[in-house]
Order: sequence, then structure tokens, then C-alpha cells
Amino acid sequence: MHIDYAAVAPELVLTAALCAVLIVDLVLGENRKFLIMPVALAGVAGTLVALVALAGDPVRTTLGGMFVVDSFAVTLKILFCVAALLTLAMSYDYLRKDGIAQGEFYFLLLCSLLGMLTIASSRDLLPIFVSLELVSVPAFVLAGLRKIDVKSNEAALKFFLFSILSTAVMLFGMSLIYGVTGTTNLAEIAVHLGAVPVLRSIAVLSIFFIVVGFGFKISAFPFQWWVPDTYEGSPVPVAAFLSVASKTAGFVGLLQIMFIAFGGLADVWRPFIAAVAILTMTFGNLVALTQRHIIRLLAYSSIGQAGYILLPLAVVNANGGSVNHEAFAASIAYLLIYAFMEMGAFSTAVAYGRTGGYFVDDYAGLGYRAPGLAVVMTVFLFSLAGIPPLAGWAAKLFIFRAVIDGHEYYLAAAMAVNTVIALFYYAKVVRLMFFEPAGDGPVGVRVPLLLQATITVSAAMVLVVGILPDLAAHLARMSTLV
Amino acid sequence: MDFLTHSGLSVAVFLPVVGAALIVFTPKERERTVQILSLLFTFLPLLIGILLLSPYHIGMTGMQLETNRSWIPSIGARYHVGVDGISLPLLELTFLVTFLCAIYSMKWLPEPRNAKGLLSLMLLLETGMAGTFISLDLVLFFIFWELVLVPMYFMIGLWGGPRREYAAIKFFLYTLFGSVFMLLGFLALYFRSTPHTFDILQLQQIGGSLPAGIQNLIFLGMGIGFAIKVPMWPFHTWLPDAHTEAPTVGSVLLAAILLKMGTYGFLRISIPILPHAARTYAPLIGVLAVIGIVYAALNCLAQTDLKRMIAFSSVGHMGFVMLGIATLTQVGINAAVFGMVAHGVITGMLFFIAGSIHERYHTREIPALGGMSLRVPVLGGLLAFTAIASLGFPGLAGFWGEVLALLSSYNPLSALSSHTYRVFMVAGGIGTVLTAGYFLWMLQRVNLGKVPAQWEGKTLIDVQPLEMIAWAPLLLLTLALGLFPRLIFDVTTHSVIGLTKVFGG
Repeated sequence: MHIDYAAVAPELVLTAALCAVLIVDLVLGENRKFLIMPVALAGVAGTLVALVALAGDPVRTTLGGMFVVDSFAVTLKILFCVAALLTLAMSYDYLRKDGIAQGEFYFLLLCSLLGMLTIASSRDLLPIFVSLELVSVPAFVLAGLRKIDVKSNEAALKFFLFSILSTAVMLFGMSLIYGVTGTTNLAEIAVHLGAVPVLRSIAVLSIFFIVVGFGFKISAFPFQWWVPDTYEGSPVPVAAFLSVASKTAGFVGLLQIMFIAFGGLADVWRPFIAAVAILTMTFGNLVALTQRHIIRLLAYSSIGQAGYILLPLAVVNANGGSVNHEAFAASIAYLLIYAFMEMGAFSTAVAYGRTGGYFVDDYAGLGYRAPGLAVVMTVFLFSLAGIPPLAGWAAKLFIFRAVIDGHEYYLAAAMAVNTVIALFYYAKVVRLMFFEPAGDGPVGVRVPLLLQATITVSAAMVLVVGILPDLAAHLARMSTLV
Repeated sequence: MDFLTHSGLSVAVFLPVVGAALIVFTPKERERTVQILSLLFTFLPLLIGILLLSPYHIGMTGMQLETNRSWIPSIGARYHVGVDGISLPLLELTFLVTFLCAIYSMKWLPEPRNAKGLLSLMLLLETGMAGTFISLDLVLFFIFWELVLVPMYFMIGLWGGPRREYAAIKFFLYTLFGSVFMLLGFLALYFRSTPHTFDILQLQQIGGSLPAGIQNLIFLGMGIGFAIKVPMWPFHTWLPDAHTEAPTVGSVLLAAILLKMGTYGFLRISIPILPHAARTYAPLIGVLAVIGIVYAALNCLAQTDLKRMIAFSSVGHMGFVMLGIATLTQVGINAAVFGMVAHGVITGMLFFIAGSIHERYHTREIPALGGMSLRVPVLGGLLAFTAIASLGFPGLAGFWGEVLALLSSYNPLSALSSHTYRVFMVAGGIGTVLTAGYFLWMLQRVNLGKVPAQWEGKTLIDVQPLEMIAWAPLLLLTLALGLFPRLIFDVTTHSVIGLTKVFGG
């Protein structure tokens, strides 16, 4: 079989980098382990360069049609790499201070990233499945890296058990689809499903299994139970990585399968997705109201956000057309924007959490003790809430637009109500930071340079994309698969 | 001149943001620098605003001083701004009142002071408010509309009274609730129009041909957003809390400008784009408006907090504005725009005075005041003047908006039931009587009577020069608009004629 090496160049660079990380870890003494980070950073940067070199090229297909490099794949891969860079920058000081094994951490992070890169190119059930596992399996270990912490152990175990359960269900669904259509290629599945209406009921059942499987990955209701405990127990950079990159990977897989392979049966699965989306956002936002730990609050908020991202799937129509195009682009644009506001919120939490603590109450009076941190946290939280002119607003606009384009006004109304509920808990943190007296927390928190970089980049993206939403919209439209 | 016509509007609207940015980078201790910066960056927009009157042609219908540039091509939103006779007075009012607030803040800063925070938020607020009045694109309009929320939230929450946190979050959630539905309405308009557009002027050409059912649905969605902002009864409950708790400058801006964004939304977007729905809902708007008028007046009679009373009186005055709009006639809408400006001038002034009274007496409880014209005669006199203007005394600004709103409801658009509107007129008339009642009763209790024992023998400072400087323009306008209503009507009439054309008026 002929392999187009240019197409897989980014993955090859990354593979080389993660081998290098492993070797460097072996060579370095215990007190020099911090040198691994630059290696990992260089590896991801190299991958990014290889990706940018691919941007704008005509579509490349290799490995027998399983692996496709188009603008969709390149855009998402760049997003994954940027998210990984931000996570690396965020982890550096965190790991050193907490004494977390750095070699393992960076190696596993890059493995997970490799899975993300390949899932964006996968147009076949098999590589999608393998990539998804490559994303998740290192993440189990990452979640448990704070070995002496019981919560971290619980985080890893919960994550692991839920994930393998979902994987099994998903795999069962995929095998049914293979049985019905005789192929694992997404495009061919679509053709076969149209041709053999007799086996429709089995196809529907398998779609249901696959959606359930992805439901765990993207933390959709009612498969989200592991999320808050895992986020809270994991090292915080891992939680950020899970909530941004890993969730996006799940969405990428789901979107590809639903749009390419199952688009023709949209009329059947659309109501189901609509219900899941509304339940997810409502559950996430309502439970977030009661949270007292900032990471748990962000975890529930990210469940709510997953509901918004799912919503456009609920207007997809079986005949394709511009509605599907808009829906797909809206979800992708939301993912692009979501990555930066979520990363920003997590890294601000890390910056403050070191000395100030991770409970929401610890934020009381932060506006007087560390005004800079309080202001950026406000920017990220209000962006997540969708207040213009911050980027989160544009993201919500795209979703609203897609949903109304599909004439599903009740879905738009449900999301509108959710937006208001969500503002309440975001504003609660802001209120604590500015409306409460300074209190006795740390004053003038010192933020390590790399962490500052993460926060600055995220904040800049949130502001710039908020004023010029076209940056995200354009990428999203260009990279549509529909 | 060329610069003014092409980008004067945009520059005036965005200058305050520049000022806010400069203030953010000024050290906190340099309070004076911050105050001067805020003065400068509210004065410059006002100056440009005044200069803009020269290229503006008063006798012309339609938009002027337009800018129309590409902004978010992928969703079809453009940076399209401009003014006409309806938005121009409101825009000038925004620039003027914010500048006066900056003057007032030179000396009086609410606790916990922090001029840097307060004044940069005020500048941000100005951009949001002014931008709303010049936007001719729905997405742009929405951004500016929402831009107002965050600064006001912080203003109330940080510098407000004892129940500030409750008032701040209530204001925030209430308005956000309205605006998400408004956004849904905007999007529905976009997708129902052919070609798809967010451009308000284009939509005014297209909207009328939409099916009636859709028009009604969209009108309702946007109407919720606007009605909350106005605020119309029964969506008004956020207002008394927000007004009462906000610091003086915040209350002034809320009353003078923010509320107008709601009524302006009806005039600029809902009514011209969806004329059929406007006809359908006009009686409902009328009913809510008169309920608001009477309900607010009754509430005012029961208030003991001066600021809360003024806040409720705003609900009543905005009721008159909405009543004028609900007639869908030239007279009614002219009256509405006049009423908006007059209310901005008068109620802004009332909140200034309430703030100054609180500054001196450390209370706003009406029973705890009394004999004010004995102790601080000038302040008492100004309160009397403004209160009488507010109750609609002929010869002062408050008169024209209310009396013409009532007059126009005698003779509403022919498609509307004139019997119903005459009932509104009578109810509104009762409202004016009650309004006169509560204002005069308030004056009797605050200005006249005995000086409370605790203030016996203590010196109270009367109106100070800086206060006078900040207030004089509002006082003069109250008089000028009352004596020469043409100052406003000349500007508005042509645009209002253009607006009512869709109803064959």
C-alpha cells in the first residue's frame, strides 16, 4: 500500500517527539526532569509547523481512504496542538511544585495528542475507534498522576471504568453497522444505509449505541457522571486538557460519524439528539449553580457547554443542504472558541489556586488582592456566559443562528433560558471577587511566566475573536465536511 | 468636514473606550488624572456630537452621516451606523448627560471611591449607549446593547447602596433574559428575509411582506427584550431596585439614557420592520402602558425613599412614551421621542438632586427630611422646579410629551379601535392627576414643614458651584424644551413621517 508521507508528517513528527521525551526522561537525573518540558514543547511546535505546511493544500487521502487530510482535519489538528501547547505551558510549574512525575506526564500528554491528531483525519470507523482509545487511555493515567491523593485515584478509576464501558457499547454499535453494511468506511456506510432499508432498525440501534458511546466522551447527559469527580481529582492542567482537547476529540469523532455516515437517517436520530442536548445543558447549568469548588463549577459548566455544542446536530436534515452546512460549522466554531475560554479559566484557576485555594469562596475579594487575575477571570467567565463583545458571545450566536435556520425555535428558546441560568453562577464568582471585602487570602499573587503566557494568549483570543468573530466563523466554514 | 461626515459618528462613539483604556493604565493613586481624563473623553464626544449638527440636514428624511463597512461577512453582519431625527436627539442626550456625570464626579465619588474603576466603567457604558443609538445592523445593535450590561452591573454592585448585590444581579439577569429573546428575534428576522440580512434599513423594506404569524412571533421575541429595558409593566420590577441602589451617576445614566434604549428599539426595529405585528400588538402595548402609568403613580404615593419614588415615576413616564408609540400616529410617536428626551433631562436632574440630598442629609427617607427650602433654599428650589417639570407643567419640558401622547390616543391610527384608545386616554389622564399629586405631596413633605430636630442648628451646605455647573445644562434644557418644543420636533418630525409611512399615515 502506498503511503503519502507528507499527509502523515505531523503525526510522524509528534511520534518522534514522544519517543524523544521518553528517552530524555530515561537519561535525565531526578532533579533535571524539568528539562523534559522544552523537548515536549519543541515536539508540539514542530508538529504545528508540519501542520501549517499542509494548510491550503488540496485534499490528501492515504492509507486506503482511512486517513484524509483536508481543511477540516488541518484546522482541528492545529486547534489540538494549540490546546496542547497551552496545557504544557500551564503544567510546567504545577508539576514541579506538586512533585508529579514529569517524564510520564509529558509522554502521556503527547500520546493523547497523537490520538487527537489522527481522529481529525479518520474517515473510517476503525481508525476513529483506535484514535479515540489513544486519546483516552493515556488520559486515565494522567488523571491518576497525583498518586498519593485519594481523589486523584478516584478520578482515574472513575474515568477508566466509565470510559471502557462506553467504549464497549460504542464498539458493539460499530460492529452492528459493519454487519449491516459490510464496510467501516464512513462514506460507504452512508451509501449502504440508503440502499438497504430492510436493516434500518438494526442501523438505528447501532446509531443509538454509538451516540451513547460518544456521550461519555463528550460528557452528555446522562453519561456525564464521571466528569466532576475526574476533573476535581486530576491535576488541574489535566482537567483543562480533558475538558478542552479530549472533549473536542470526542465531538470531532461524533460529528464526522453523524454527518457523513448517518446523515441520511437524520430524521430518526435528530429528536434523540435534541433531547440529549437540552437535558445536558439544563443539567450542567442547574447543578453548576450549587457548586462550591471552582474546578467542579467549571466541570459542570463544561457539561452545559457540551449541550450547546450538540444542539446544531438536532437540526440536521436528511436531505443535506445548507442547514447541515451551517449546523456543522456552528459546532466547529463553538469548539474553536470554547477551547480558549475554557483554557483561560482553568489556567487562571491554577494561577490562583496554588496559594489561594480552589474553592469558590476563596475567590472572595480577589479583585482587591490580585486585580489582574480577577479581571482576566471575569473575562473568561463572562465569555463562557456569552456576554458580548467577548468571544463566547459569537460562539452562542453561531449556534442560535444554526438552530433558527433549521426552524427549531423551541431549541433556541431552551438554550436562551439556559444562557440566563448559566450567567447566574458565572456572575456569582465575579460578585465574590469584586463585591466582597478583600479578606485574608494571599495578596498580589505571583504568576509564573509560562502560566502568564497561557492566560494572556487565551485572553487575547477571547477579546479579538469577540470583536472579529469572522476569524472563527471563517475557519469553521472552510473546514466543513458537509 | 469630510472627516465628520464619514467617521465623526464612529469616532465619537469609540472615543470613550479609548479614554477607559487610558484610565485603566493610570495608577490608582492619581485620582485627579483619572477624573480629568474622564472629563476629557466625555467632552470630546460631546464636542463632535455638536459639530455633527452642521453636516446634518434637519429637513431630510432617512439616515445621514452613514458608514457601512464589512465586518463579519460569514454571517452577513456589517458595521453600519448612521443617525436620523429619532436617534440624533438621543445620541446628543447621551453625550451631554455622560459629560455632566463626569463633571459631577470631579468632586463627588460614591464610596468606596476608586475613581479609576467607576469612571472607566462609565466611559465604557457611554460607548454602549451611544453605539446602540447609531447602529443600523442588528448584530451591531445587539453588541452595543449588551455592552451596557457589564459596566452597569459593576456600577451598581460596587458603588451601590445597602442592597446593591441583589439589585445588580437582578438587573443583569433580567436584562440578559430579555436580550437573549431579542437576539432570537433578530436571527428569525434574518432567516425570514430574502435576501438574508441583518441590515435594519433593508429589513424595513422587506419585513412588511413577511407572513402575519411570523411577524407576530418575532415581534413578541424582540418585544420582550425591549419591554424589559423600557421597562413596561409588568417587567419593571428590576428598575426600582437598580435605581435605588445605584450610585448617583449610575442612577442618572440609567434613567436618562438606558431606559430609552428600550423605547428606541421599538421605534427603530420592531415597528418599522414589522408593521403588521405592530398593529396587532399596539392595543396590548397601550394597555400595559396605561396600567404602568396608573400603577407607578399609586406606587409613588406609597414610597418613603425619595430615590425609589423617582424610580417609580420613571415607570410612569415611560408609560406615556409607550402610549404615544402605541397610537402608531405621527403625533403619538413625535410625542414619544419628545417624552424620551424630556424624561432624560428631567429625571436625570431629579436623580442628581436626590444624590445631593443624600450627600447632605445621609438619608433619602422623605419623612426624615422637611423644611429643606429653609435650610438649603437653592437645592429646595431646584427640587421644586424639577419636580414640577416632571409632573408635566405647561411651559416646561415634561408637558409636551405627556399631553401630546394623551391627545394622540384620542385619535389613534385608523386601523386601531379609537374607543379603546380613548379609554387609555382617560386612564392616562387620571395618571397625570395622580402624578401631580405625588410630586406635590413629596414637595410638601421635603421642602416645606418643620426642619427635623436632628438638623436644628446644624449647618447644611447649599448647592455648590460644581453642582451648579453640572446641572445648569439640564435646567436650561428643561426650560428651553418647554418653551420651544420645536427644538426637538423640528428634528424628529421628518423621520417620524418616514416611520409612519408604512401605516399609510
